This record gives sequence, C-alpha cells and structure tokens, in this order.
Amino acid sequence: MDASNYLYISALLFTIGAVGVVVRRNAIVVFMCIELMLNAANLSFVTFSRINGDLNGQIMAFFTMVVAACEVVVGLAIIVTIYRSRRSASVDDASLLKR
Amino acid sequence: MKWLTLLMLLPLAGAAVIAVLPKGNEKAAKQSALVTTLVVMTATIAMAVGFQRDNVDLQFVEKYSWIPSFGINYALGVDAIALVLILMSTILAPVVVLAGWNEAHGGRWSVKTFYILILVLETMMIGVFAATDVFLFYVIFEAMLIPVYFLIGGYGSGERSAAAVKFLIYSLVGGLLMLASIIALYVMSGAQGGHTFDINKLSQLQMSSMTQNLLFLGFFIAFAIKAPVWPFHTWLPDAAQSATPGTSVLLLGVLDKVGTFGMIRYCLTLFPEASKTFTPVILILAVISIVYGAFLAISAKDIKRLIAYTSISHFGFITMGIFAMTSQGQSGAILYMFNHGFSTAALFLVAGWMISRRGSSTIADFGGLQRVAPVLAWTFFLAGLSSLALPGLSSFVSEFLVLVGTFTRYPVHAIIATFGIVLAALYILIPVQKALHGPTTPGNENLKDLNLREKLAIAPVIAIIVVLGFYPSPLLKVINPAATHVISQMGFTDPAPTNGGK
Amino acid sequence: MNTSQSLVYLIALPLAGAALLLLGGRRTDKWGHLLATALSASSFGVGLYQLSQMLGRSTEARPVSQKLFEWINVGTFNVDAGLLLDQLSICFVLLITGVGTLIHVYSISYMSHDHDRRRFFAFLNLFIAAMLLLVLGDSYLSLYVGWEGVGLASYLLIGFWNQKPAYATASKKAFVMNRVGDMGLSFAIMIAFATMGTVSFAGVAEQVENTSEAALTGMGIMLLIAAAGKSAQFPLQAWLGDAMAGPTPVSALIHAATMVTAGVYLITRSNFVFDAAPTAQLLVVIVGAITLMFGALIGTAKDDIKKALAASTMSQIGYMILAAGLGPVGYAFAIMHLLTHGFFKAGMFLGAGSVMHGMNDEVNMRKYGALRKFMPITFATFGLGYLAILGVPPFAGFYSKDMIIETAFNAGGVKGIILGSVTLLGAGITAFYMTRVMILTFTGTKRWDEDAHPHESPWLMWLPMAVLAIGSVTSGFLLSRGDALVNWLHPLFEHHEEHEHHLLEPIVVSGLALTMVAIGVAIAFVKYSRQEVANIAPENVSVFTKIARQDLMQDRFNEAVFMRPGQALTTTLGATDEAVIDGTVRGVGQLAMSSGSALRGLQNGFVRSYAALILVGAVALIAAIWVVVQ
Repeated sequence: MDASNYLYISALLFTIGAVGVVVRRNAIVVFMCIELMLNAANLSFVTFSRINGDLNGQIMAFFTMVVAACEVVVGLAIIVTIYRSRRSASVDDASLLKR
Repeated sequence: MKWLTLLMLLPLAGAAVIAVLPKGNEKAAKQSALVTTLVVMTATIAMAVGFQRDNVDLQFVEKYSWIPSFGINYALGVDAIALVLILMSTILAPVVVLAGWNEAHGGRWSVKTFYILILVLETMMIGVFAATDVFLFYVIFEAMLIPVYFLIGGYGSGERSAAAVKFLIYSLVGGLLMLASIIALYVMSGAQGGHTFDINKLSQLQMSSMTQNLLFLGFFIAFAIKAPVWPFHTWLPDAAQSATPGTSVLLLGVLDKVGTFGMIRYCLTLFPEASKTFTPVILILAVISIVYGAFLAISAKDIKRLIAYTSISHFGFITMGIFAMTSQGQSGAILYMFNHGFSTAALFLVAGWMISRRGSSTIADFGGLQRVAPVLAWTFFLAGLSSLALPGLSSFVSEFLVLVGTFTRYPVHAIIATFGIVLAALYILIPVQKALHGPTTPGNENLKDLNLREKLAIAPVIAIIVVLGFYPSPLLKVINPAATHVISQMGFTDPAPTNGGK
Repeated sequence: MNTSQSLVYLIALPLAGAALLLLGGRRTDKWGHLLATALSASSFGVGLYQLSQMLGRSTEARPVSQKLFEWINVGTFNVDAGLLLDQLSICFVLLITGVGTLIHVYSISYMSHDHDRRRFFAFLNLFIAAMLLLVLGDSYLSLYVGWEGVGLASYLLIGFWNQKPAYATASKKAFVMNRVGDMGLSFAIMIAFATMGTVSFAGVAEQVENTSEAALTGMGIMLLIAAAGKSAQFPLQAWLGDAMAGPTPVSALIHAATMVTAGVYLITRSNFVFDAAPTAQLLVVIVGAITLMFGALIGTAKDDIKKALAASTMSQIGYMILAAGLGPVGYAFAIMHLLTHGFFKAGMFLGAGSVMHGMNDEVNMRKYGALRKFMPITFATFGLGYLAILGVPPFAGFYSKDMIIETAFNAGGVKGIILGSVTLLGAGITAFYMTRVMILTFTGTKRWDEDAHPHESPWLMWLPMAVLAIGSVTSGFLLSRGDALVNWLHPLFEHHEEHEHHLLEPIVVSGLALTMVAIGVAIAFVKYSRQEVANIAPENVSVFTKIARQDLMQDRFNEAVFMRPGQALTTTLGATDEAVIDGTVRGVGQLAMSSGSALRGLQNGFVRSYAALILVGAVALIAAIWVVVQ
C-alpha cells in the first residue's frame, strides 16, 4: 500500500484537531483536539520513518508522546484549578491575561 | 602613576562606602559624598599640574586589553581639551554636593542612593572624557544615561518621570546612530589591517566620501542631541525643569559638554573631510541655536526653562567656534565649555535656592527679592551677568574669541550671532527685574538669605568666573596648543588680515 | 614710549573701594561713604601727579603706558591688559575723578537719609573705576571692558531705587539700548582684527594706511553706533530721559558729565579711522546735527526739570559729536566743549538736586517758582551754569560752543552752511529752554504744594556746586587762552592747515550766535515771565508741543518697530517650538503608541482566536513556501 495514504489520514486528523481547537469552547474538548493534532503529527513521523527506512521518525514520535504526557499533566491540572475557582471550563471565560 | 584610573576609582570607592553606611544615616552619606568629591578634585588638580601644556599628544596614557577577541581595549588618555573638561567636572562635583545639601529629600528613593548615583556619574564623567578607545567611549556615553535617568526620574519635581523618559529616549536614538557608525568603522578597520577601536588607528582609515558623510552624520547627530543643537534641543528644557538643581548643573554643565567635546574629538578627528562638507550646514544650525535659544529664553516663564534655553544659545556659540576652524574660534569654544560650566552652575544653583525657598519656579512669583534676601539676589545677578558675557567676567573672553574667530572666516555668521548679545541682555535682565526688583511680592517677605553652607558653595564658582574674566591666560596657555593642533590637523590656518581688500 | 608704574592706581583705588564696600556689607555702613570719597579723591590726586609729570616732559614724551598682564592671547589675537595715558586721556581722567569726587562729596549729604547709602557709594566707585578703564585702556578691547563696565554701573545706579517698577524698567532700557551700541563696538573690533590683525589703538593707527576705505568706513560706522548708544545720540537716544530715574548725583556724574561723553571720546580716540573714512565722518556729523536739534526740541516741552536737563545734555553732546565729525579741526573743540559742559551741566544737575532736596523730591517745574529767595546759593550756582550753557561771554560755553559753530560754518560749501545754521539754531533753542527752566524754577510766583518748605541745602551740597560754578565761569577762558587745549591735544591729531578759508569771520559768528541766544531768551521771557504759569501742564497745546512732550515719538517708534514685533516673534517662536519641533518629537512617540494600541486589538485574551491566528499564520506560511518552491 502506498505510504502516502497515511499522510492523508494524518493531514485529515490534524485538520479535525485544528478546527476543533478553534471552534470548541470547552477546555477539555480543546485539549483532546490538541492531542489529536499531536497524534496526527506522530502518524506522519512514523510514516516518514517507514518511507526513509530509518528510526529517526520513530524517535521523534517518542519525544512527542513524552511531551504530550507532560502537557496533559500540567494542562489538566490548570483546567481543573480554573474550573474549581470559576465553575466553568470554557476557554472564552479565561481571558484575564488580556490586561 | 595611573592617574586617570585612580580618578575613576575614587568616586566608586566613595559610592561603596556610602552603600555600606547604616540605613537612615543621611548626614554621613552627604559628608562622605562631599569628602569623596573633594578628594577627586584635589587629585585632578594634582594630575593637571603634571600636564605638559606644549605637548599635543595624549598624556597620562593607560591601555589594557579588555575584550581581545574584538580588539577592544580599556584605553585612557587626555589632551588639553579633555583635561580642561575633567577639571571642570571634578570642581563642579563638590560644589553641586554642597549646594544641593538637601535636594535629595523627598525623592522616590533614599538619600544614600542619590549620592551613590552622583558619585557613579562622576566616575563616568571622567571616563567619557578620558576614553581613547571608541568602544569604551560609547559604553560610558550610554551608561551615563542610567544614573542621570534615575536622578531626574527619582529626585526631580513636576513631571519628572516623563522628562526622564524623554531625555533617555532622545539620547538613546542618538546613541544608536552613533553605534551604527562605530560598528561600520570597526568592520572597515578589519578590512584595512585588523579590527580595532583605537581612535588613532580609526582616524587613518580610507573610506569613500559617501561613507564618510554617513558615518559623520551618525556621530554628529548623537553629539548634536547631547549638546543640544537646534533642532534637537527639546529634551533639555523639560529635563532641566524637572531635575533637581544639582542634577541640572551636571546635566547642562558636564553631560552636554560631551556633545561638543565629541564633535572635536570624534567628528573632526575621524572624519575631517566630511566635517568640511557639513560645516556650512552646521554653522547655520549653530547660528539658529544662538538666536533661537535667546528668543525662547526671553519668552520663558519658568526660571529653570529659561536657563536651559540660554544654554541652547551658548551651545550654539560653542558649536560655531568649533566649526569656524580658526585658532581663536577653537580656543574660544574650548574655553567656553569650561566657562559655561561655571556660569550655568552659578545660575542654576542660585535659582534652585530661590525655588526651594519660594516653592515655585515661576518667575512671576518672585519679586523684590533684592530687599528681602540681598546676598541671594546679588549672587543671582552676578551669575546672570556672567551668562550675558559682561566683559570682565569669564564668559566674555570665550564668547568674544568665538565671535572674532568666526568673523575672520565667516563674517555673516558672526554678525548674526553678535545680535545674540543684545538678546542676552534681555533674557537676563527681564528675569532680574521681575524676580529681584520692584516691590516685594506677597508671600516673599520672609524668604531667608543665603546661609553659610550656600555661600561656601557658590563662592568658588563666582571666584572662578571673576578671576578667569581678567586673567584667562593660564587656561588659554593650556588650551591654545591643542586648539591649534586641531586646526592644523584639519589642514586649516588662520586667515591673514585682509586689509579690507586693499 | 615712557612707562609709568602708577597708572594702575588710578583704577585700582576706586575699584578697591567698590569691592570693599560691596563685600564688607553692613559692617562698612558707618564709614563707607567717607572711604569711597577719599579713594575717589586720591585717584584724582594720582591724576594730578600724572599731569604734573606730563607737563614736565617734552611733547613727544608725554604719553605714558603701563602693561599690566597678558590678557587674551590666541594665535595672532594678542591683547594685553595695558593702560595708556596721553594728552587726551588725562583730560578725561581729571574730569572723571575731579567731578566724580565733588559728586561723592555732594552725595554724602544728598543720600544721608537713604538706607543703602553705602551701596550707592560702592556703585559710584565702581563707575569711576570702569570709566577710568574706558579712557585708559590701550586697545579697543580694554576700552570695551570699561565701556560695558560703565554701562553696568549706570544700570545699577539708574535702578538704585528699583523697588519702583518704573525705575527698574528705566535701568533695563538703558542697559539694553547701550548693548545695541556695544554690539557696534564688537563689530568694530572684529573688523579691525579681521582686516588689520590688531585691536590696539597704536596698531590700528599704524595699519590705517594699508587698509581699504570700505573696511575703515565699516569700522567707522560701527564705532559711531557704539558712540550713539553710549552717548544717547540718534537713533539710540531714547534711554537718556528715562535714566533720570536714578538719584540726581548720578544724573550729574554719569548722565551729564562723564559716561555719556564716552562716545565723543571713542570718536576722537579713533580719529585715525575717521580721518581715512570720509563717509563715516559725514555720518558722524549728520548724527550729531540731528541729535542736537532733537534734544533741543524735546527740551522745550519738558516740565520735569531733570528731563529738561537730560534733553539739553543730549543736545550738547550732539554739538560735541558734530565737532568730532568735522575732523582734525574739530576734535579739540569737541573735547573743550566736553570739559566745559562737564562743569556747567554737572553743576546744574546738582542744582536741580538741591532744589528737589528742598521741595520734597518734586521734579515738576510747574510746581516750583520764586525759589530764588529761598535758595540763594543754588540760584547763583545754577545761574552761572545757565549763563555758561547759553554761551554768554565770558562764561565757559561761549568759548567752546562758539568755536564749534565757527568750525561748522567753515566746513565748506553747502555742508558748512547747513551745519552752521543748525548749530546756530540749536544755540537759540537752547537759550529758550534753559531760560524757561530758570524762570519756572527760580522766578515768578510760588506754585508749591502745601507741604513744601524750600530751604537752602547744607554746605556739603552747595560746596561742590560752588566749585563747579567756578569751573563754569573760568574753564572756557582758561582752556582757550592761547589755544591751550588745542595745542595740548595737537600732537594726537593730524592737522592739515590748508583750510584757512573762513566763510564768516569769528566775530560775525559770535555776533550771530549771541543774537540767536538773545532771541531765544526774549521769547522765553515773553512766554513764561509775562503771564501766569499754570501748575498743571495745559492740554490745549499745539500738535508740535504734544509731540515734543512725548520725546518726539522716540518711544512709540521703538515700541512699534522693535518691541512689538520682537514680542510677537518671541511668542511665535515659543509656540512653534512647542508645536512644531517638540510636536514632531512627540508625534513620533504618539505614532508608536497609537500603532501599539491598534495592534493591541489582536491580543483579545481569547485562546481560540490566538489558535485561529496561529493556524492562519501557519497555513499562510506553508502556502508562501509552496508558492516560492513552485
């Protein structure tokens, strides 16, 4: 099978994630969309690894997973804290940094 | 003996002592500052005694490698011009400390900080005149802004923050232009025998006239802002109005001299051809400064702004003398830098005392001061006379030399500039009449006359003004060889008497 | 040239007095005036000593000099602080210190009630020192120091009572108008240096023949402007009337006898320049002629006794300047008139001071009258001065003024006739207004305010007046006997003896002059002695009188031509500086701030819009790369 099909799926997943980040308000959903984008990138990396026949892409995928894990830890903690104090997980409500 | 480094370290040592003084002991801070500045003054005079006045090379030279990979040296040395200015700065410093004994109170930070800033500034004032490495000069030139910024913004009055920011931004713009020119010089020096910031080597660079003109402008605009020359002057009145009198004295008396000093040391030395190209324009700017500053001074309502405007006029004279390219003009300009420091110091310090007593700097709020506080009034009057260049006082000698020197080469400029002396009479006598004469204005009846400390502070300044008016030759003998050297380096000789074309 | 080590004491003595009294403060109040008088007198003594030394030497050896120290020395601009005493300056030295000392004596009594008497005497001493420096300096630059020094002293003394705003303004006006003249002197010095390479009198005199006439004319005109400023000559005359705000002894010393004659000194001292520059010389004559009429006309309308005398001073100095403009024949007569004028005008001013002293400082002559009986000595001394200024033989003015009129007629051609007529007419008008002053003040009926108790002044005041009156009687005769002064000054001026064509015989000139004087006196008699004098100036007077009362519109002219436009200019420049230059700077700042706040709209705090922007940016970037790669 042509490896480029994986890339198309990866682009599709990335687009869905990106649109989700832009249009959805719930922080959890936005977060999940970000994960989707990260995994789309991972898919691309793995695909390139396959195409090039070396392990560089796979190593990068591991890096991404580690970063994503850290991000989930920090991000979820923030979201939970904001939810506790403001009773809302909407990203539009959290615009205090503007000033 | 490493005189110049010693001079620069002494104030820093004083600042360190003040820094470790117990908190709240303001008197000790003041006393330490006074002692330090007096020591520096004595050391400078001791150094000046050893100066060989007929030697036009740099003296008291020191050189250490600082950042070798860029060819940057910590290099110091003075010629007569720098020596005279360092002398002026270090004599003014104790005067300022003594005169402004109480002006640090009511500042944003502590009295200790004020004196630390003053002493750090003194180190830089010495360094900026003594540096012979262009990079070192630039660093100090810019670093000087920091203490001054805090002195204006932290201890001034009125809209001090705005004035400080205006001063800072103006100076930074000029500094950046100069930095660009310096980098260009550095790059070119790499192509012509090795990267260096040494001024003597840089002055021998070959460059096209276009390059030279552009680089000259970079330096000149920086110095024109510093001096200030019209139309780069608008920061000065604001800064002078907001700063404390002592800071203003250092600002107008010393820092601005860096501008005119830089014109001689850097513009003329590094870019002789471009200097000649731009001389007509610069002379016109100088003449405009003279007349314009005088007119604005006449219409000024605030006494501090008035003094700032008179300085713009005086800096016009200095700039004109520098670019007239005659030995009289050049010597006159250098002497003018020295004299202006003291006449402005006298005016500003006395005005400062008037303001602190009355709580207002509007000229119209004073009136009849001569009856209430005669010594104060007469000191102000005398300082004013020095500012209007009355013969017999020091500024006359320098102003007349500049005019005569300019006249022999550029008669029209000199004639227009001479009208400035009538305007000078107006801008001094109008505030004198408003503030000192007439019936005593209500609210002024109980103003106190000068106390002993203030008399002690102003007496040496007045003495210098009077003595140098009648007997300027000791100073002129130091200045003349350097001035002639500058002129001959530029390839000029004094015009011979024309006999009116006969 | 001989040198003398004692010249410096002439200046140093009064200068030390000024310094001591000013720095000594209130401690010296008790004896300050005595010290100042003594120092002025000792300076006079040194002057007399110098004169006796000078008389003992041959004509060529009379000038003496003293080099004090190196003053300004840059390149070829070498000026030493040096003094020069020759036949011309000794006349001034004796006049300054002599009349000066008399006026010191007078002031001891005149100012005795003033709180600041010590300061007054300090300024007087300062003036004497500066004036001596002016006449003793051996170069134009040293003269310049004295020149501005007397300007400063004059400023301080006019404004001595500067708590009155009008007086403070008068002093400022005097200084500023003098500065306009000083500017002329600066130019003259610059021209001298640029064209001849020297600024000393001797050097310039030597170089004159190598210098083009254009340059000399320029220098001459600039010297004339300087002289006009200091000597209150047209067009810089407007300050003198206001200068009467100063205490009366000051008016006598500075604004009658000495300082205002400095212009005459400058022109005679620069005779070598003017002799080689006929155009400048002609201008000198014209300025003198205009001013002599100008002053005389103002004098006819003034009710303030001091202002009438001031106008007269202006007019008499016009005579001197005119004489000095006539060249070598006139210089000596200019100096002679200057000396006799120094006596009689100072005497009359002191007389006016004595009258004011007795009349509660009233200066309006319409409130005087019949003072002859109450102030006999003042009347006598003033009267002698009056006869002297009229030029009645054998009083001093007769000798000096007649010579000027005669020389003017002999100037030749139309010029001679015009100048002669002007000087004659001036003599007639002088007679008119001086007679008016005499009648209004000393004769007629009492027109005093109730609280006036006129009385004769104490001896300290009338003694100097008497001495000056003796001078008014005898000085003309003594100075002209055997052409004493002319011969004395002769070596300094280049004489050409060829112009011996007399238009009018001397006796005819004297006759004409006396006739004019008689007519002037007669008119004044008819007008003021035969009818009641109103003690308030009448309003329904001719337009000429109105104009003359306003000093021939001089102040209005200055106001309209210089002051108003100047004020407008300063205001405009102030506004321009604020709006345009600082406006540009602030505009740059505003631009940065407004573009910042426009861009701030993007930072709305909504995470999703940031994300959308990032997305758009990334897409745009990729698209751009794609386009470029393609």
